[in-house]
Amino acid sequence: SVCMTNCPTLIVTVGLPARGKTYISKKLTRYLNWIGVPTREFNVGQYRRECVKIYKSFEFFRPDNEEGLKIRRQCASAALNDVRQYLTEDGGQVAVFDATNTTRERRDTIIQFAEQNGFKVFFVESVCEDPDVIQENIVQVKLGSPDYTNCNTEEAAEDFMKRIKCYENSYEPLDEVLDRDLSFIKIMDVGQRYLVNRVLDHIQSRIVYYLMNIHITPRSIYLCRHGESELNVNGRIGGDSGLTPRGKEFGKKLSQFLQTQGISDLKVWTSQMKRTIQTAESLSVPYEQWKVLNEIDAGVCEEMMYEEIQDHFPLEFALRDQDKYRYRYPKGESYEDLVQRLEPVIMELERQENVLVICHQAVMRCLLAYFLDKTAEELPYLKCPLHTVLKLTPVAYGCKVESISLNVDAVNTHRERPEVGISLEAHRRAHTHPQEDGSVWPDMAFSPRAFSSTGCTVQASAFLLTHGVNLTPNPQHSKHPTRK
Amino acid sequence: MEFPQLEYLRRRRCDSAVNTEQKKLTQTPLLKIWVPWMGCSLNRRRGSSVPQFCNSPTMIVMVGLPARGKTYISKKLTRYLNWIGVPTKMFNVGQYRREAVKIYKNFEFFKPDNEEAMKIRKACATAALKDVAAYFSKEQGQVAVFDATNTTRERRAIILSYAKERGYKVFFVESICDDPEIIAENIKQVKFGSPDYVDRDIDEALEDFSRRIECYRASYMPMDDEEDRKLSYIKIFDVGSRYLVNRVQDHIQSRIVYYLMNIHVTPRSIYLSRHGESELNLLGRIGGDSGLSPRGQKYANALATFIRGQNIRELKVWTSHMKRTIQTAEALGVQYEQWKALNEIDAGVCEELTYEEIQENFPEEFALRDQDKYRYRYPKGESYEDLVHRLEPVIMELERQENVLVVCHQAIFRCLLAYFLDKPADELPYLRCPLHTVLKLTPVAYGCKVESFFLNIEAVNTHRERQAGHYGQKKPYLNKKSREKKINRKQL
Repeated sequence: SVCMTNCPTLIVTVGLPARGKTYISKKLTRYLNWIGVPTREFNVGQYRRECVKIYKSFEFFRPDNEEGLKIRRQCASAALNDVRQYLTEDGGQVAVFDATNTTRERRDTIIQFAEQNGFKVFFVESVCEDPDVIQENIVQVKLGSPDYTNCNTEEAAEDFMKRIKCYENSYEPLDEVLDRDLSFIKIMDVGQRYLVNRVLDHIQSRIVYYLMNIHITPRSIYLCRHGESELNVNGRIGGDSGLTPRGKEFGKKLSQFLQTQGISDLKVWTSQMKRTIQTAESLSVPYEQWKVLNEIDAGVCEEMMYEEIQDHFPLEFALRDQDKYRYRYPKGESYEDLVQRLEPVIMELERQENVLVICHQAVMRCLLAYFLDKTAEELPYLKCPLHTVLKLTPVAYGCKVESISLNVDAVNTHRERPEVGISLEAHRRAHTHPQEDGSVWPDMAFSPRAFSSTGCTVQASAFLLTHGVNLTPNPQHSKHPTRK
Repeated sequence: MEFPQLEYLRRRRCDSAVNTEQKKLTQTPLLKIWVPWMGCSLNRRRGSSVPQFCNSPTMIVMVGLPARGKTYISKKLTRYLNWIGVPTKMFNVGQYRREAVKIYKNFEFFKPDNEEAMKIRKACATAALKDVAAYFSKEQGQVAVFDATNTTRERRAIILSYAKERGYKVFFVESICDDPEIIAENIKQVKFGSPDYVDRDIDEALEDFSRRIECYRASYMPMDDEEDRKLSYIKIFDVGSRYLVNRVQDHIQSRIVYYLMNIHVTPRSIYLSRHGESELNLLGRIGGDSGLSPRGQKYANALATFIRGQNIRELKVWTSHMKRTIQTAEALGVQYEQWKALNEIDAGVCEELTYEEIQENFPEEFALRDQDKYRYRYPKGESYEDLVHRLEPVIMELERQENVLVVCHQAIFRCLLAYFLDKPADELPYLRCPLHTVLKLTPVAYGCKVESFFLNIEAVNTHRERQAGHYGQKKPYLNKKSREKKINRKQL
């Protein structure tokens, strides 16, 4: 991946309550983290709840409530302080400042704060006057809020509407003319229309593209692996084998299952590997093949069993257990590489409605990690058993997951996170392979990867050169068919 | 207009006609795509490395006063869409007018009260629309860019109803700009060279063109937030400082919006170079991850000298993850960024073989590659078509950036060059990209100026010419028509 930002970015939401600011904040944060940009959201409402333990009523938000205003200003400051900490000391690259920020005065304060600290600012405003959308918002996320745990539905809804009123009079939306020097996107009517002003850099451009592709139309995403394959049964990884009889049975059961779901207009996607396509064929509906949905390329380890890998490449085997997310197979890929190649799939999944994705273990783990907001550490160990369908339905701020096993036996291809990793010394030794002529061959698993333009590149390459990079390729690392 | 059921019905009909034994999958030899048994002619599903997202054809309709960059945007967009594999064609109504009215006299032709001219201009627009329809129905086009001022609501209504009758989607791209400097620069760059002004001097041309713009101004009705709220469009203000996007309908429109929001007109240059000669190059072997030969190292040093001599402002340097490009960049002594997407084409089972060894061990594969070098996928490897797909984010970022030096590989270089120079898929794999030569691309007018610098360090030649007998050869499986039939079926 390429360095996204040089200075950190502060994304600032703007909008009346119940306009989807927190929904957008959380989703954007999840997406940015998944593509590898360390991002965190800071919800000022949370700070307020910690400060004012018990929420009484909308009166707290009245513009003439001095006490309330003081507390709210303090909460905003506290949140900004944490933002500064995150972006300057904790390695964050993007912070999402989630609050109403409806007055120009408040926004100016934030802009000054950002300037003092060298952060870029990008505003995301959500404007919506459709009463149905607002009502649905309130039902989905406000009624369940900690603020309203002791109210009944009508009370809560009424109080919340009065709360919105408190902001309306002083609301100064972002203006084409007055705010023409700011960078922002105005989202109108849940994505019908967008106004985009002064996109400054790559990360802002990606954020705009993402925000313009998401929607809130109810739908479900079905994820499953191909049916059990011949190589699965032989305990071998990768390859391009066909289905076993049990795998074919799964295909049939999958077809029946989908019919019971009664899904309108289901799109079906597969990879370009035989086993997913064979599975899709049983469904007797059109499907799209995506090369980027192909299983992780295990390079020189393709079609080997884990025991064989441990025998022939013990160092590689150990290294993979150390950092399964970033570990790249020699002449192959890493989970990190997978995430990058799957990004267009995620973008298209956001655009689409009902979709069934028939893919592979590592690929499914990556997609699942996106929807369920799993970290890079957890991702390679997510359980994605054969012959099981995961139904993901977006709800409130997250995703409901239903796991449906189609009751066809299959081998288990899951490898648990191992208890013990190799020692740091062995790790360091693992970086080099001494050759007969005295030169040293650096380990392919840690070949230099993408760096930010902060000088790491020079160091890593210097390592290669000072270690006298061997010009003849290691005969072990060959994809020549005779190896098999 | 999607008809997925048709696809399904066709398969049912086919299934009953075919022995169920024969329903297994086979892998197409060239594309290496798994498809159901090929024996049934009805059952040929088109597989490709990229999902096909266009179902109904789409018309992109430009809107704006003269000298607002409409043709610039049209040409660039058309080039981009074709490169990513979406058949696109541009229809410039001004061209039709020049063919109808052989000689352009002056701006009076464009006066709103010039009845005669109005008739001609309307006829030209109609002729262009007819050609759009023919492009979609007979040439399997997917996107047509209708490049004209289209400044009145009336004209746009005509286009909308034409499209609606035929089931085309319409997406408007309006360019609004009132910065006199930008407009003057536009006129200088592209209007003075126009066939309309070939016999005028600069001041005459400028005067006439300004009056031409005035002819449109009185009747100009920009796309309106209220009146046009049901239409799909993007309004570009001041060369990209601001955008208004309304009702994006589908994937291709979303991609178009993303692209338009990333391009800019700031002058800059893009430098493309391969890595220095590598050890495997010397051995005549393809792929692999070897280091530089002594001559390759010399090139890296020469490249550093050359780049310093160019005095480039804020140059970004990009390499792949492979040793040979990194070693080349190291000699520059500046920071660089590594993109895995810039790695050389994966030759799969043929990695590190010589062409002779490939011909010996995989004679069929060798022959197939020469048949359709763009779409041919190495077993367990990639095709040029796959490369284009993985390079798309690189192109998008190149569009965003200013001065960039990309140190890459032969196949990658060819793909990037094809994008900038608008080369079609069948020429792309044969573009000449010799070692130790830097190409400097500078966008100018509607295209790209190319300067080639050979840095005077000898290297092996890694270029393989197109093989005799493969030019437009009509093999029954692979010819253009049957490929298009497949696209057509999918589109239904």
